[in-house]
Amino acid sequence: MKDTPDPGPTFPIALPIQLAVNGKRHQLDLDPRASVLDTLRDRLGVMSVKKGCDHGQCGACTVLADGKRVLSCLCLAASYDGADILTAEGLGTVDQLHPMQQAFLDHDGFQCGYCTPGQICSAVGMLDELAQGMPSHVTPDVRKVAELNDAEIRERMSGNLCRCGAYVNIVSAIREVGQGQAASAALPMPVAREVTR
Amino acid sequence: MTTDPKTASVGQDRVRIDGPLKVTGTAPYAFEQPTENPAYLFPLTSTITRGKIRAIDASAARALSGVLEVLTHENAPKLLAKTDTELYILQSRDVHYFGENIGAVVAETQEIARHAASLVRVEYDTEQEDTRFRPEHPERYNPGKINTGIPADSKQGNVEQGLAEAAVTVDEVYATPYEHHNPMEMHSVIAEWDRERLDGVLGVLGERPHLRIHDASQGVSYERLMLLPLLGLLPQQVEISSPYVGGAFGSKGIPHAQVMLTVLAARLMPGRAVKYMLSRQQMFRSVGHRLTTHQRFRLGAAADGTLTAITHDVQQSSSRLKQFAEQTVNATRHLYAAPHRETSTRMVPLDIGPATFMRAPGEFPGMFAQETAMDELAVKLGLDPIELRLRNKPDTDPESGKPHSSHHLGECLKEGARLFGWEKRQAQPRARQEGEWLCGMGVAAATYPRQMTPPTKASVAFREGKYHVGIAAADLGTGAWTVLTQIAADALKVPEEDVVLHIGHTDLPLAFLAGGSTGTYNWGSAVMVAAVNFRDRYGLTPAEGDEAEGSAFFPDEAKKYMLDAYGAHFAEVKVSTVTGEVHVTRLLGVYDPGRIINPRTANSQFIGGMTMGISAALHEESYLDSRPGYGHVVNSDFAGYHIAANADVPDVQARWIEHPDPMFGPTGAKGIGEIGIVGVPAAIGNAIYNATGKRLRELPFTPAKLVE
Amino acid sequence: MKPFDFQRAGTVSDALAQFAPGSAYLAGGTNLVDHLRAGIREVDGLVDISRLDLTEIAELPGGGLRVGALVKNSDMAAHPLLRERYPALAEAILAGASGQIRNMATTGGNLLQRTRCVYFYDPATPCNKREPGSGCSAIGGFGKYNALFGASEHCVTVHPSDMCVALALLDAVVVAESEAGGRRIPFADFHRLPGDTPHLDTNLRPGELITAVELPAVPVAAQSTYRKARERTSYAFALVSVAAALRTEGENVAEVRLACGGVAHRPWRAHRAEAYLTGKPATAEHFRAAIEAELEEAQSGTENAFKVPLLRNMVVSVLEELRDGRTPQRRAEQGGAA
Ligand SMILES: Cc1cc2nc3c(=O)[nH]c(=O)nc-3n(C[C@H](O)[C@H](O)[C@H](O)COP(=O)(O)OP(=O)(O)OC[C@H]3O[C@@H](n4cnc5c(N)ncnc54)[C@H](O)[C@@H]3O)c2cc1C
Ligand code: FES
Ligand code: FES
Repeated sequence: MKDTPDPGPTFPIALPIQLAVNGKRHQLDLDPRASVLDTLRDRLGVMSVKKGCDHGQCGACTVLADGKRVLSCLCLAASYDGADILTAEGLGTVDQLHPMQQAFLDHDGFQCGYCTPGQICSAVGMLDELAQGMPSHVTPDVRKVAELNDAEIRERMSGNLCRCGAYVNIVSAIREVGQGQAASAALPMPVAREVTR
Repeated sequence: MTTDPKTASVGQDRVRIDGPLKVTGTAPYAFEQPTENPAYLFPLTSTITRGKIRAIDASAARALSGVLEVLTHENAPKLLAKTDTELYILQSRDVHYFGENIGAVVAETQEIARHAASLVRVEYDTEQEDTRFRPEHPERYNPGKINTGIPADSKQGNVEQGLAEAAVTVDEVYATPYEHHNPMEMHSVIAEWDRERLDGVLGVLGERPHLRIHDASQGVSYERLMLLPLLGLLPQQVEISSPYVGGAFGSKGIPHAQVMLTVLAARLMPGRAVKYMLSRQQMFRSVGHRLTTHQRFRLGAAADGTLTAITHDVQQSSSRLKQFAEQTVNATRHLYAAPHRETSTRMVPLDIGPATFMRAPGEFPGMFAQETAMDELAVKLGLDPIELRLRNKPDTDPESGKPHSSHHLGECLKEGARLFGWEKRQAQPRARQEGEWLCGMGVAAATYPRQMTPPTKASVAFREGKYHVGIAAADLGTGAWTVLTQIAADALKVPEEDVVLHIGHTDLPLAFLAGGSTGTYNWGSAVMVAAVNFRDRYGLTPAEGDEAEGSAFFPDEAKKYMLDAYGAHFAEVKVSTVTGEVHVTRLLGVYDPGRIINPRTANSQFIGGMTMGISAALHEESYLDSRPGYGHVVNSDFAGYHIAANADVPDVQARWIEHPDPMFGPTGAKGIGEIGIVGVPAAIGNAIYNATGKRLRELPFTPAKLVE
Repeated sequence: MKPFDFQRAGTVSDALAQFAPGSAYLAGGTNLVDHLRAGIREVDGLVDISRLDLTEIAELPGGGLRVGALVKNSDMAAHPLLRERYPALAEAILAGASGQIRNMATTGGNLLQRTRCVYFYDPATPCNKREPGSGCSAIGGFGKYNALFGASEHCVTVHPSDMCVALALLDAVVVAESEAGGRRIPFADFHRLPGDTPHLDTNLRPGELITAVELPAVPVAAQSTYRKARERTSYAFALVSVAAALRTEGENVAEVRLACGGVAHRPWRAHRAEAYLTGKPATAEHFRAAIEAELEEAQSGTENAFKVPLLRNMVVSVLEELRDGRTPQRRAEQGGAA
């Protein structure tokens, strides 16, 4: 602890920030320190994104921001002003599951379910990256196009820890969706605009 | 309403009832329970290891706008009975370990609370500390009894004689590190004292203050029982809910200090819900850990492999604040026959936080030693390790002489060997190399005992055409939501759709916690008895509001038997000759789990345990820096403390041989939450030996230990 | 985390003007936000540079590439020309962090990421890098990640970046702007050894903004690779890593470059080994002798002693693999499958 604590400004600075979350736009006054994760959970009550470490080390907070998978705990909301954020409940609902959610259910790709929304958002973003031809650490030749196989799925999903140990089922869920997508031209990437709540 | 036996629910593959909520992220975990205008807590934790708080200056924190309260030992509400030293917090200036909760800041937002906490200045008078684990610690002691109530030591025959008679002996030391459970959901609490019902005097009967808690808990009933004497409240004054739990593995089994901290803070602001979720770093400080062990294991065997002696001497760490004496020697007393046997347990008292249950406490560390030693013995004998185990399978329990209620370890080993392709294994180490990778296979047995369960009840009520089944059980991801529904449906002879299950609340009938792999057979028994009572009383056409209760039932004659689940783990590894990196390329578990209620959720428990076993084998070690002035785990996050990631787990499979065992209760299930991890590190270590010729006796098996 | 001001920069000159003492630039935030939250860094203000128009990867005359400071790590690793010309660089980036983090992390931020030493992250312990003069806890403590080369009594930690190891291999150039004007910093002069100023990781000046990293034409880099050893198969920092490029003529080494990660306070270019090897037969014995020459400078304690054989084996193996064109095989195997 510092010798002379400097309390800084006595009141938090509030910044006007706009976020679209699962298709719904929000105008918020936010503390610049607030992460996208805490803003979703504490301010907007959107709990379909989880906190598993708050340090970028677990993947539980994965959301799709403008279509890309990112860790919302390391995103300052102020920096994401204007972004479209999609969480698991924006991908699909209990009555109308997204194919990835259905596959996780069918393959029992979870236990406690706490890492699951992050896994699902990550998987959706990951398949999109693969479809765009991004290589990975296990792509044999980085100069060539990566193919969908289990080793690729495992490596690309390694940023989402699952302490319950549902990995093998997670991989089979994603494989099924991935193969389906490859077969029938890729599913459109869900974007916030298309979702209503 | 009766169903065709073909559609009976138990044994059928059922998708998780809570699945749709979980895949959409909408199952509300503790921190996510709806609360109006909550306040947020950030703890003050000790930055010394042992001593006394001299002064706390919270003026800068209090001056910060948005700060609602600073809680310290100076203004903390008094607790009544010191029934639990871990929960009896903020009652004095004493500091017992680094990271102990010594206060809290409560503020309007998480950011403000965190910042304010950093402004609180604490001065200490430090005292001589000791956090260095050493087996020969001068103050090490015999705890007398260890967990599950068994004696710390045991002795049969004369081991020195048994060892002298042996043709071959093994005498080695094995060690397991501190580990942390690290469920993905960090412990979370919401506590709120009802303002109307609170007159300001805590604990005086008649004034009836009321406390509502949302917790991430493995069992709300026993949590409440633990809190009541400290708070001086009656059961009806405290309500705890925990419908969804984001993993636990023992760390949420009993309440830790964070629950009391939040309750005390909330007490200072009645009517306002106080929310607290631990940080990942705090998860390494004050919510329990797996203790560290040092184990000397000796085996003696005749030339044909028949064991003549087994000894197992364990020294393990303990918190001076609260003892947790793990039953590390337990499996050694029961798994293999030998005429001469001796075990002992000694505790090494240290200035560290209390340990607690972590998946298969006792069996996990103990079986690492035992099953590695058995492999070493097999090597010395030139005998196949499976054959060695089969030759020493006891006919009755070696310690008590009781017959086993069921014992299918042999089948697990043989069936596993067949499925795994064990015949392809070459007994000679370093016999198989593919490119830079040395490949090998290893095996280990697994056993997990039937645990005793305190009273547990369930209820069945008929409302609006549905059977509402209530029990204060918890689903940590185990599948309780689903399997209890299946059990209830069959017991009531109705389709699952007609059953509505209620769990995770203290208003529901008292239930023992989710621990010791007891959930399914214990809660399941209570549900079955309640269903039978309900049908006995109301028949097949109940009226609206009819209700019956039942208590878990276990047959009396079970006492005549030794009750255990069994299994066998088979690992195939490859070890890089370049880097010493280990990949577990295949892991197979074959189990003797009694009845399987739902193959889907059962499979998940097994592979989950095995995956955690890979994690423990290859990665997990909490590094306690025991230098003076440090005294705490320093690799306290997921970048420093690795748990298995997806890429570590290519192929994990579970199979089972189903022999329902009625001595475990009417479900016939033996409990499967823990057996999946037991022996896995030994199987992997044995495979590493087979691959490389290197014997590793300390977990985890990191590249540093293998590169050469 | 104390409160701070937040400003978004629209242009490079905005950013430079908005920067004040006590400020920090915010790019992907994957390191900075973590530090702020962990309580190991305080700022008065953040200048958000994430929207600056520095997101291009452009061809340079002569066959090099210029990578904008705000190109995301994932876009950089996926760029077709970069993969073709500098496979070791693409591989290094892909060996780091996770898919999500690479989608956020930027070129400039990656260069400036700070050590992962557990004591640096633990405000309750002494750390000269975090609090100059407080001491180094890693000496005699949790030491398996400690440096082999160039450590001082004030700091024994290592640089955590994978990407930077490949940039060292390529002799990249860091392009920086400040109100005083722009400058180009050769990669070898960018990161520092700890000496008695371990709180300084680089020679970038306060307020200086990285705008790009230039990759010169390095024909030998077409035959280059990156290998990383770690305690977890993925999503873990390096114990040791090696970036190498090799061209043989006949039986002999015509050109070789070698850089190592996880062994020093900065990405470690193994010049001694390179000098030894050039012109020698491309055999395992000489590869080994080359890295032994480099290791003469190494200092290790008990906790990190394993890094010596680890580095040696990796260097030999990677050079053999480049010589024989076997890189894809190893990469396919490193995923963990049989
Ligand atoms: C869990 C985890 C695991 C990781 N694993 C790895 C790994 O295995 N290998 C690896 O290499 N990396 C790893 N990383 C680190 C990651 O690569 C870095 O955090 C990232 O590259 C930093 O980039 P950024 O844009 O997010 O930087 P920021 O966090 O935004 O900034 C980092 C620093 O750079 C400064 N800065 C940023 N851009 C500029 C600029 N243009 N000009 C001047 N100053 C600037 C900032 O002020 C700040 O001080 C990991 C990170 C995490 C969280
Ligand atoms: S909470 Fe964001 S990565 Fe763990
Ligand atoms: S399902 Fe529990 S952490 Fe993944």
